[in-house]
Amino acid sequence: MFLILEKNDLAAKVYRYVIAAPDVAKKAKAGQFVILRLYEDGERIPITLADWDARQGTITLYVQAVGKTTLMMSMMKAGDAIKDVVGPFGLPSHIEKGKILVALGGGFGIAAIHPIVRAHKLIGNRTTSIIGARNKDLMIMEEEMRAISDEVRIATDDGSYGTKGFVTTILKNMLEEKEPMDVVLAIGPVVMMKAVSDMTKPYGVQTLVSLNPIMMDGTGMCGACRVVVGDKMQFACVDGPEFDAHIVDFELLMARQKMYSPQEKLSMEIFEKICQTQTQRETAAW
Amino acid sequence: MSSDVSTQERKKLTNKERMKIPRHPMPEQDPLQRAANFLEVPLGYTPEMAMEEAERCLQCKDPKCVAGCPVNVQIPEFIYHVATGNFKLAAQKLKEDNALPAVCGRVCPQEEQCEVVCTIGARVEPVAVGRLERFVADWERSSGTIEIPTLPPPTGKKIAIIGAGPAGLTCAGDLAKLGHSVTIFEALHKAGGVLVYGIPEFRLPKKIVEAEVNYVEKLGVEIKCDFVVGMTRTIDELMTEDGFDAIFIGTGAGLPYFLGVPGENLNGVYSANEFLTRVNLMKGYDFPNNADTPVPMAKRVAVIGGGNTAMDAARTARRLPWTEKAYIIYRRSQVEMPARKEEIHHGEQEGVEFLLLTNPTRFLGKDGWLVGMECQKMELGEPDASGRRRPVPIKGSEFVIDVEAAIVATGNGSNPLINKTTPGLQTNKHGNIIADEGGKTSREGVWAGGDIVIGAATVIKAMGAGKKAAQSIHEYVIAKKT
Repeated sequence: MFLILEKNDLAAKVYRYVIAAPDVAKKAKAGQFVILRLYEDGERIPITLADWDARQGTITLYVQAVGKTTLMMSMMKAGDAIKDVVGPFGLPSHIEKGKILVALGGGFGIAAIHPIVRAHKLIGNRTTSIIGARNKDLMIMEEEMRAISDEVRIATDDGSYGTKGFVTTILKNMLEEKEPMDVVLAIGPVVMMKAVSDMTKPYGVQTLVSLNPIMMDGTGMCGACRVVVGDKMQFACVDGPEFDAHIVDFELLMARQKMYSPQEKLSMEIFEKICQTQTQRETAAW
Repeated sequence: MSSDVSTQERKKLTNKERMKIPRHPMPEQDPLQRAANFLEVPLGYTPEMAMEEAERCLQCKDPKCVAGCPVNVQIPEFIYHVATGNFKLAAQKLKEDNALPAVCGRVCPQEEQCEVVCTIGARVEPVAVGRLERFVADWERSSGTIEIPTLPPPTGKKIAIIGAGPAGLTCAGDLAKLGHSVTIFEALHKAGGVLVYGIPEFRLPKKIVEAEVNYVEKLGVEIKCDFVVGMTRTIDELMTEDGFDAIFIGTGAGLPYFLGVPGENLNGVYSANEFLTRVNLMKGYDFPNNADTPVPMAKRVAVIGGGNTAMDAARTARRLPWTEKAYIIYRRSQVEMPARKEEIHHGEQEGVEFLLLTNPTRFLGKDGWLVGMECQKMELGEPDASGRRRPVPIKGSEFVIDVEAAIVATGNGSNPLINKTTPGLQTNKHGNIIADEGGKTSREGVWAGGDIVIGAATVIKAMGAGKKAAQSIHEYVIAKKT
């Protein structure tokens, strides 16, 4: 059992957890992820490692409540324990010295770029982080990103903070202004990663994305997470999750993410009903 | 006969009389009933049936069955004890050589191992060794009197086993019985390997695997799940930093092969590993009410392949309540199918439809979802490298079968994780670890056995390799200075 040491409720159904997982913390590297299973009969879900402390033996995860499992997880508190936490999985992010990095994180994707940007900073690379949210209140990890980036540029959909627009709006500007950059990193919803890739391709800037297909085991034994990169079938869990964006088949990834949509919907409906019934009972009892 | 023979004696029958006793059929769940549930198909012998079946054994002076068994179970001896009703002694004898008898009694291809060389098999049906093994193991488990042997004093040597599948569990058990400190590292959240993720509930109930795993733990073996050697820790780290004196790699054949035909990435095309793991290990047959892992919900499912994995997938699909049709698509004919005849027979009874001499050429989709498979009829030509007649496509025989799910069960390769993270570990071009008779690899202190060495094979072969490696490892660590 893996104890939740800290749990914070952030905006937009995003939750931050600090979990005791010493084996993972000892080995974690930027770009890697863990697989969680909340309880017996629960499903296995992949979550990116946002941070870790090898000495304390803890890992930090940011999770967005989108389906039954993440919704259940959002109801857990510090002191509760998660049944299974395993990893670290995936190949660590490709970090080369002497490069200028521009990293884009949308919404809770910012948590995923955080350790990678930090790794670049630690080896002396210049780092610019473009972070975005729908509005100022929904922005996460701004302070953490400022601490590890040479520059932070902000975009909000409604213009309540920073540039009005998307993270890609800022990137477009940077590319048009011919601002120097060697590698672009984008992590977020697939539409966002694809937009970044399409944008940088004509400029020939190396672009890396972290793909998020459906996963189950994480060890490369089931093939659920298969993606096509440069016409080759790859497993995101062991060959990635980071890939060269310009040769990723994003359309296929988007299609395959829908593979279990009807089941996910069904699962949520049943769960929400149970929650309703529970609340009704508690209210009735009172 | 060994010295610990029961004081009771079998009935005094002549060999002729013994051979006249017909092989006792195995009671089974009714096919139509069982096609809708995940309970075990064979129900097991009663004590009376077992004792009667045990009387058929001639107690040959030179028993061929023992050599036919990959772990050399002392078959005539344990059968004798069954005949005299001394099931406890039968269990002890059985477990001297076989660590997982409840598993083997269910999944071993006895028809290729012990039973095929049975002396009486030349004239009548062989003794039902497998069913007797299952009976004894089940009896012991339900009697609640599982014996733990007295362990020798600790040797102080530490051995790491990678993978809690049949090879690893067997190797661990044998090493623990020799007094060593053993830790099994398992990547998944549950021990058992293919016994829990691959073989379905109706062939091998998970409660049984749990009991077998508990037995290994009672021998003092520590099982650490959620631990991926190669990621969480490398083999080098285990040896140089964590103080392990030797390593046994039993990581199995966990790399799914796909066909390489167009449309393979459509939603609805799954590897057998994905399908079986979702339904078995993750209890997807109980989705959504009691398990959270979603499973494919297709009306018509085609399983491509002809081995035990394909049969498992087809019979599993058949049982899911929304399945209307479950097909086996195989490019040769039934006699060439590698699956156990018993499983093919059970599948037929349960309503699995067989499209033989048929090969898929492409998957057809609409809006990213599988809607059908284009197939070609085949005919058998000259034998190929495997000795079986080569399937040759018949020109102009293309046809389309409408399906919403396709499960590719055409074989598994070796999961490359250990190879990639263990420098100096020699593998062949398929990624199988090269090991000698006793399982020794090219790395000092590192052994390997099971599917990771020989490619996808059987539970019992993996166990045999685990046994041999345990002996080889034991000799090595005892001789080691520090």
